[in-house]
Amino acid sequence: MTNKSEASAFQQMAVEHLPGLFALARHLTDADADAEDLVQEALLKAYRSFGSLEEPAAAGRWMRVILTNLWRDRMRKRGRSPREVPFDDVDDFSLYGTLVEEDPFPYSDTLHLDFLGSFSEEDVHMVLRRLPELYRAPLVLRYIEEFATKEVARLLDVPLGTALARLHRGRKLFEKAMWDYANETNAFTSEAAAVRGCR
Amino acid sequence: MISCAEAVKELWEFLDQTLAPDDQAAVDEHLAFCRRCCGELQFARELRAFLATNASRELPSEVRGRLTQFIVDLDRNGRPS
Repeated sequence: MTNKSEASAFQQMAVEHLPGLFALARHLTDADADAEDLVQEALLKAYRSFGSLEEPAAAGRWMRVILTNLWRDRMRKRGRSPREVPFDDVDDFSLYGTLVEEDPFPYSDTLHLDFLGSFSEEDVHMVLRRLPELYRAPLVLRYIEEFATKEVARLLDVPLGTALARLHRGRKLFEKAMWDYANETNAFTSEAAAVRGCR
Repeated sequence: MISCAEAVKELWEFLDQTLAPDDQAAVDEHLAFCRRCCGELQFARELRAFLATNASRELPSEVRGRLTQFIVDLDRNGRPS
């Protein structure tokens, strides 16, 4: 950091993007303490390379890329072997079809929307954390952070075909995990639905 | 024409437009005739939107406090104290 105004600009930018950075870190990691630590590391790296940020409007995206790269490097250093999931277990699962068959809200005219409405933001986070990081990360980067699929592949440092395959499996796992989570947490009771405002 | 099972497997990719042109056309053709798969497609659309808007973005106040202090320390010392 070369001068006071630049330092001040960094501080303003960093504080503004804290919620988004922490949310991304929390979705990528398995524990909130790890998420906070990852955000700190990303802030330090961003601070040291702030001069390379050419377009201030892209600051949020720039910091999310830094954080994701750091997370990927951490995974490599820890030598964590990705947990594969047998494809046959999830490939044929259809949340849409399961909801039609099981009909958890028998008096509803908007069954599928009511099912989604029974989830709080924290529930969605808990469902995501149930997924192996191998599949969770592409899902988070593509559908929550809205990176293009090619960018997801680049961020994860895998070929495009691998990213596409993991996204496919991740979506199936997410649908199955939503169904399992709703059953385990009694989300289908009318009381639970009413509390969450979907009735 | 492709089957419902084949079409359903590719709906998210269809929405993402990451299928090969022939596969994209095949799903498109199937959807023109299959009401059930249109329901699946609509749900896939809703689920994508749901994921984008409902993933937790909460920053607990104590975490905000610690991280803000970390940023201030970066400015003050050139590195965290």
